[in-house]
Amino acid sequence: MDVDEIVRGLLNGNRRALARAITLVENDYPEGKDIMKRIFKKTGKAHVIGITGFPGVGKSTIVSKLTQEFRMRGKTVGIIAVDPGSPFSGGALLGDRLRMDGIDVNKRLWLDSGVFFRSMSSRGKAGGLSAKTGDVVRLMDAFGFNLVIVETVGAGQSEVDIIEVADTSIVVLMPETGDDIQINKAGILEIGDIYVVNKADLGGAEKTVKWLKSMLLLDDEAVRILEKMDHGSHNESVNDEILTDKLEKKAKDAIDRWIPPVIMTIADIGEGIKELADTIEKHREFMEKSGMLKKRRTVRVSRELLDLIMEDVKSRIINDTSLKFEEFVNRVVENEIDPHTAAEKIIEKLIFSKNSDTTL
Amino acid sequence: MKKIRVLVAKIGLDGHDRGAKVVARFLRDAGFEVIYTGLHRTPQEVAMAAIEEDVDVVGISLHSGAHMTLVPKVIKYIKEYGGNPDEMVIVVGGIIPEDDFEELMKMGVDGIFIPGTPIEEIIDFIKKKVAEKKKKTVA
Repeated sequence: MDVDEIVRGLLNGNRRALARAITLVENDYPEGKDIMKRIFKKTGKAHVIGITGFPGVGKSTIVSKLTQEFRMRGKTVGIIAVDPGSPFSGGALLGDRLRMDGIDVNKRLWLDSGVFFRSMSSRGKAGGLSAKTGDVVRLMDAFGFNLVIVETVGAGQSEVDIIEVADTSIVVLMPETGDDIQINKAGILEIGDIYVVNKADLGGAEKTVKWLKSMLLLDDEAVRILEKMDHGSHNESVNDEILTDKLEKKAKDAIDRWIPPVIMTIADIGEGIKELADTIEKHREFMEKSGMLKKRRTVRVSRELLDLIMEDVKSRIINDTSLKFEEFVNRVVENEIDPHTAAEKIIEKLIFSKNSDTTL
Repeated sequence: MKKIRVLVAKIGLDGHDRGAKVVARFLRDAGFEVIYTGLHRTPQEVAMAAIEEDVDVVGISLHSGAHMTLVPKVIKYIKEYGGNPDEMVIVVGGIIPEDDFEELMKMGVDGIFIPGTPIEEIIDFIKKKVAEKKKKTVA
């Protein structure tokens, strides 16, 4: 398949063309860049949903149940599941696909023409995604999927790259993964548009939900309520009601703000999945109406553009011998010149070198 | 260089996945990207997965004795779904009687690995075959 065939195929619903396009993009082939340029105009329609959380909380299971739910609602779904690549061997064991099964044998996803599943290795990149995940999202978007679900590597506390690709970020937790201090730590627990406490049939789920809600509320009163609760409160249900009421009131007060909801699920048996799908749709609606979607995408594209420019500048500096990068390195090593001045001089040379094309 | 992607598949009513998992693990350590299908897949599912994941190698593990029925089906469905099984390296592992080797190879299987095969042999075979097929498809 050449680039023409792939682009044509991809835009006409040929799954093999999409699969091949992903391979070319993932491996950074020049054809991949070409494909990305040619399909870009067709992107921007899909709702990109990110699912992140610690290893083993049930991300893949939630993805599979959500996919079934959205298929019943008539939506097509592209899925990108990222698993860690080894920093030692470069290899990876990609084991998210095998969870793509429903309890309902009539809703099998593997052969559904409205579902496309692709496993990706993070290829040693930290942050929870691979370097090319964003581009693969665009390929699936251009292919025409209504939803693109991105499942991250089982994330640690600071792996927050998902917000760079997702319109709606979902953070999945489970009971007994830490106390209220853990939940208030910076990083992954700051990024959720929706929080899910999965495996809610395990003990302690209510406590995790309360801690999450109070974290979201960040309210003295909530803290006081929680303190009381932790010291053997006798009135838990009332406390929960107060919390929920306050959250709802706050959500109503703030028209241009989204207060992240907390949803309990038992993904294994599909419980809570409908509610989660509803909330995802609500969030998308909010993002569009409030203008947040555009705002987020603007921030994202400006960052992406800067990254691409930096990459290009780097490769030019290394490959263009007239810039004498190595000579500058040696001079810094010999203490002849300081690195800041060296960098300034190289940039100066780069900008005024006759190779640079200043026309747009 | 492009990473070699391998699908490790279990098909049909066969719960013996220890071998498949061990091989998957060693292929990972050899630097391959390994996608494991889990148990009880159908030939159609494995074929579709091979296409969506755009793998270089399809490895089918069988301990049920149904290899003469299931392996050709996988190859057939890869074709049916628009893929080209000749571009992929197709290997079979598990309990395969020697009497069936020839016929399996005729069906389009590139390599057969029975219990006791040293893992290096599998790794070297995959590397060599993937390189060979790539040359052929480019030419």
